[in-house]
Formats: sequence, structure tokens, C-alpha cells
Amino acid sequence: MAGHDDRTGGSGGLYVRRADIFPRAIDGFYRRLKWAIMAVTLTIYYVTPWLRWDRGAYAPDQAVLVDLANRRFYFFDIEIWPHEFYYVAGLLVMAGVGLFLVTSTVGRAWCGYACPQTVWTDLFLHIERAIDGDRNAQIRLRAAPLSAGKIAKRVLKHGIWLLIALLTGGAWVFYFADAPTLARDLLTGDAAVVAYSTVAVLAFTTYVLGGWMREQVCIYMCPWPRIQSAMLDERSLIVTYKDWRGEPRSRGMKKDAGAPTGDCVDCGACAAVCPTGIDIRDGAQFECITCALCIDACDDVMARIGRPRGLIDYATLEDCKAEAAGAPPVSIARTMLRPRTLLYFALWGVIGLAMMFALGNRTRMDLSVAHDRNPLWVQLSDGAIRNAYTIKLRNMESRPRDFVLTLDGLADGAMWESLGNEAESARTLRFSVAPDSVDQRRIYVRAGADGGAAEPFAFTLSAADGAHETDKAETRFDRPGDQP
Amino acid sequence: MTDRNAKTDKSGATGGPEKTGPKTMGHEWDGIEELDNPMPRWWLWSFYASIVFAIGYCIVYPAIPLARSATAGTFGWTSRGDLKADIEKVEAGRAEFMRTVATTPIEQIDPQSPLMRQAVEGGRAAFKVHCVQCHGSGAAGSKGYPNLNDDDWLWGGDRAAIRQTLVHGIRQPDDDKTRLSMMPAFGRDGILTADQIHDVVSHVRVIAGQDKADASARRGAPLFEANCAVCHGSDGKGLRQFGAPNLTDRIWLYGGDRDSVTATVTNARGGVMPAWGQRLDPATINMLTAYVHSLGGGE
Repeated sequence: MAGHDDRTGGSGGLYVRRADIFPRAIDGFYRRLKWAIMAVTLTIYYVTPWLRWDRGAYAPDQAVLVDLANRRFYFFDIEIWPHEFYYVAGLLVMAGVGLFLVTSTVGRAWCGYACPQTVWTDLFLHIERAIDGDRNAQIRLRAAPLSAGKIAKRVLKHGIWLLIALLTGGAWVFYFADAPTLARDLLTGDAAVVAYSTVAVLAFTTYVLGGWMREQVCIYMCPWPRIQSAMLDERSLIVTYKDWRGEPRSRGMKKDAGAPTGDCVDCGACAAVCPTGIDIRDGAQFECITCALCIDACDDVMARIGRPRGLIDYATLEDCKAEAAGAPPVSIARTMLRPRTLLYFALWGVIGLAMMFALGNRTRMDLSVAHDRNPLWVQLSDGAIRNAYTIKLRNMESRPRDFVLTLDGLADGAMWESLGNEAESARTLRFSVAPDSVDQRRIYVRAGADGGAAEPFAFTLSAADGAHETDKAETRFDRPGDQP
Repeated sequence: MTDRNAKTDKSGATGGPEKTGPKTMGHEWDGIEELDNPMPRWWLWSFYASIVFAIGYCIVYPAIPLARSATAGTFGWTSRGDLKADIEKVEAGRAEFMRTVATTPIEQIDPQSPLMRQAVEGGRAAFKVHCVQCHGSGAAGSKGYPNLNDDDWLWGGDRAAIRQTLVHGIRQPDDDKTRLSMMPAFGRDGILTADQIHDVVSHVRVIAGQDKADASARRGAPLFEANCAVCHGSDGKGLRQFGAPNLTDRIWLYGGDRDSVTATVTNARGGVMPAWGQRLDPATINMLTAYVHSLGGGE
């Protein structure tokens, strides 16, 4: 893989040791943007399971809950049943189109700012700096012999990392059960084994991936860099070193040689702050997560030596070329609006609106009917024909509801429930369905032997509580002589 | 993307005109060369660890196939043992239900109760094993084998009657409580002449509502009264005590057309059903009763 030999000096051995990376702290616009996004994402992650949402007596009052045991997904006012999983599919489609949109517009913004690996690694790096000091202190500390102070620092650092890892794993399980109850159970040792093992696995992976593997996850394990690189085009924003402006670098050049020098003073600040350990001046690389810390670092230096900012900057390859040829710089906002991004945005918006429309108009009751096929029909002793149907009544509201099932068509037909009695046969039946549940019943329908062969008819389910909801299920009535 | 391999590498390609460049394996295809980069250390250690794990796994679990069996493994684990434990667990879980179903008279279980629902499901499974050969997988029967879905019962269709039929069978010689009756073979045994049989059949078709009364049927009426009414009743509505079918309804076990009825009167009929009480445990019998009763024709 490209890039190894720089860090390993081309050792050529059987294995290669990772070169430690000690990113220097930096302040600037993008660093502050990263702080803000980290704060928002971590807050959402840790706080969401603790939000309450009153749904009445029959449903959990956790705002966001993935109830695997009862196969329900609660998201504030929205309750998703398994057969409504297409909403989740719709969200995934939106996420896919959103990925096209974001990547084609602002490049690998996901990698640089919002990816959990980036967020937690950034958090871990910050803790490391708070304990061990900045880049140079860290390098010195690593070289220093083992001492009480060094051990104390190491223990403190790994202790805090492990604590964060534990809280991270701990927060995850709260999405799958009532958070306050589970928190108490976890602390008292009463929680399920699967809860503890989930916490343990996530704590372990957070600690290892965030504390130890860091950029190696992005470089070796993650498929995203390859996928995202393929979604970029020459008009997507990427972090770019403007070599036409920077080269030749001034350091090492004889000041009096009279040769023109570029703006780059070869101070190495951009490489020192890079969390993946690359030098952006080597050109666009897949290891680059476009976190833009090198932009902050370079702008800092440019300000000090009195040169315009933006030697390293977010830019599109196209604008870069134009700029190199002498065109004025293009503002970031202007690069974002173009047919491709607008098309993606339109698609994304249409799917979103369609989902919202579907959510707003969905019914909270459902009838499905399965006609018994074995046997299709039964002749009764008085000559009438009987068909059987298995019906499912879904009450998706968290209150008990009454429904009326009506025979629609089949002029001489009457129905009764399996556990009832044919003597009670009628054109309509009344059912009570418990809150948030599916009621399955067998319905017998009787009609005369005369009539069309297979006669179509329908069951109609309507709410008996004043709501104007109805659901209709078409089926048919079979008689002797039907060709199946 | 910049190819940083293009930069100097001390271990460079061998034998090439240039001393710089990445180390390659020496393979080349259409100008595409395979690089000889070292592997990451964590990858190597994972590889070694999995080898060690595999050796340990082969020791503690059955793994290496021998001529007749495989190495047993120090844990003594087998998939068969797993299965046995699973089955025992399921049976232990069902024990309470099976005991209740076996000991409670099936006609006393509330039809709406969960116990009954469970029994019906258990009966559905047992039916698929023991009963489908004659009655069909949907219990719809066929010619000579009763349809258990309809509302016509030769020996009674309430739960007690169904259970009685199941336990002792129909015309089982080795069960002294079996359902027993015998229709005389009026033609074969010379009780009635062919003409008389024709007249009786005409009468039966009239009371079944299939034909209009004619001279033949009128001649058959007294013959029916004298020979058939003792079991089927004067009105032909049958008598469950003898398993004598109702001749006035629309359901014919052996067919209701003239030829079929003539054959029945001439040679008689006598279906046989095994006495399942000799083969199945009481719980299964009760579950089958519940299932058959639930099919829609139970009384």
C-alpha cells in the first residue's frame, strides 16, 4: 500500500511496525468546527436514550427505543411495526442519496467530522494531550525511561480512555431497553448477560479503535475511503495544497540566490497536526480524511509571515487548475451549487417528502385475510358451502380498540368465528383488539351452493370507535366445480 | 493521488536499470506489477493467534476425521449431545401442558382457553403424522373416508364422541369397545332382488331430494320401511347409535348417484378405522380430539 515506506524507512522485514503519530494541537476555524460537531454528535449519542415521551399506558415512554423483543421501533411520535420496515428502508435510501449529495459537494466531510471513529479518536487524542502534553512532550515522554511519573501518566491516560470506552458501550444498550431501568440493573448486576457483553464488546472496541488503532482503522480497515474517493469528482471540495503557489519551498534556498520562492516555508506544521500522519503537500491521498486541521495550521503560519491564507485550502480540482492559471479564487459556497448536487438534493428531498407524506397518512389498523386452501370449500349437510379464512386484525394504536368486520358482497353469505357457533352467523362481526397487538382469528363463511363459481367478495374492517378508518381485503368464495 | 512508492526506496527493485523504486515481487502482467510490501504486524500476530487457536480447538473439540469416527475432543462435546439436551429441554417445558391435557377430560376444557388453543395446535401436528393417510392433510377426506370439516357425523361430532371414535376406532376386531355396526349386503346375500334394490334406491333418492317420486319409488317405500328403517329411521335421517348415515342430507360418504347407492345396498359398506387408544398416549388423543373438533364441524 502506498505510503508505508515513508513511515517505516522501507525496512523490508516480514512485518512493518506502525510509526507512532503525535498530532500537534492547533486552533483555527476548522478545529473549532470539529469541536462543535463533536459536542453535538456526542451529546446526541449520550443523551437521546434518556429523553422521555409519553405514549399512554400501553407503550414505553422512551423517546427513541428499538424494542427488539416486541419488534417495535419508537421514534418520538412515530411507532414502526415490522411490516412498516419500509420506512427504515426509505431512511437508508435517503442516507445513500445523502452520501452522494454530501460527498459530491463537500468531499469526505463524513470522514473528517462526523464519523464515530474520527470523533472518538479526536476525543482520545485530546485527553492524551491534556495528560502527556503536546506533540513534542509526547515524543519526549515516549523516549524517556520508565519512571513513576511516566507510569502515572500512562495509567491515568488509559484509565480515562477505558472509562470513556465503557460509557460509550454503556450508552449504546440504552437504545434497546428502558434506560433508567437498565441503568439500575447494570449497576446492581441484574441486567441480562447480553447487555453486559454488548457493553464489554463496545467498550473494548472503542478503547482499541480509538486509543490504539486510530488512523489505522481509516487506512487499513475502513472501506469508506475507497468508496468515497470514487464518489468525488473534479468539482468536489477536497483539502488541497496549492503547489503552484507554494513551490519551490523557501527553506534551504539561498536567500540571495535571487531565484523566486513559493509561499511554503517548509515548516512542516501541516504534517505535524495531521491525525493520519500524512503530508498534504504530496497531493491528494486516500489517507486524507479532509479534517482540515492542516488548513488551520498553514493559515496560522501564513498569517505570521504575512502571506495570504489558503495555501492549503478546501478547493475543487477544477478551481485549483483555474487558480493556477491565474483566475481569482472561487468561494466555497459557489462550488456547492451545480447540477449534480442540485439533482441529488432534489432526489433526497423528494424521498423525504414522500416518507413524511406516507407517515402522515398511514393507518393504525390493518386487516389481512388468507383463504384456507386445504380444503378450498366444504359442503354442509344442508347443501350450503362453507369456506374458511384466517384473518389478522392489527391494532397499531396503544389503546384497546373495537372493530367491525363486514362481509362485502356474497349476497347470501354469513360468517361466524371458529370458536363461536354457526347459529351466531351474521353479516357483521364485532371484535375487540388489545392495544398494540395483532389478533388472529379463523372466520367461516357460509353461502349457497348456487352462484358463480369462484365469487369475489371482500372483508371490510372499520373502526367502531368513531374514527373513519377502514381497511378492505379482497378475497373469494369457492364452490364445488371451481377450477383452482 | 500521488504515488509515493515512486520515491526512493533503499530496498528497490532488483536488476532494473534504475536503482530507485518500490520493491516488487517480480511478477508482471500487462505492465501491472505486484508490490512486495511488508504486512502489518497486527495482521501477522492475528494470523499466528488463529493458528494457535485452531490447534487448541482441534484438541478440545471433535475435529480430525478417522476411519470410523472422529477424534472425541477433551470436552466430550457432540452435536448429538447438544440435540439430546435441546430435546430434553423442550420436553421438560412441555411436561406441565402434556400432563394437564392428558388428565383433563377434553370436553371440560373451555374452548376459548389458551390450553385449548395449545391442544388444537398439538393436535394439528399429530394429525399430520397419524391421520392424513386416510383423511387427507386438510382433513377433507375422500370417497369412503369422512370429511372431518363438514357437519355430518356418523357417530356423533361432539368432543366426547370424537374422542370415543379415536380411542376405540371403527369396527376394530381387537377392541371390544369399538364402534360396531354392520349393514347387510342386501343383494349379495339375496335378501332383496335386483328389482327390489332398484325400487329402494329410487325411494332413497326421493327422500334425499334428488329425484321426483315415481312408481318405482312408491314400490320402494314399504321395502325401505321393512329393511332399512330399523337403522336409518323411517324418515331416513339415520341413527348415530349404529353409525347409520343420514340419507336425506347432501353428504354422501360413498357417493349419492344411483350407481353408488345401488352398489352400497347390494354389497353393503363398512369402513374401518384403527383404535388409536392402543397406539397413542392420552395427551395426543385429547389433542387430536380438540383439533378435529375445531375444524368447523364440531358439535
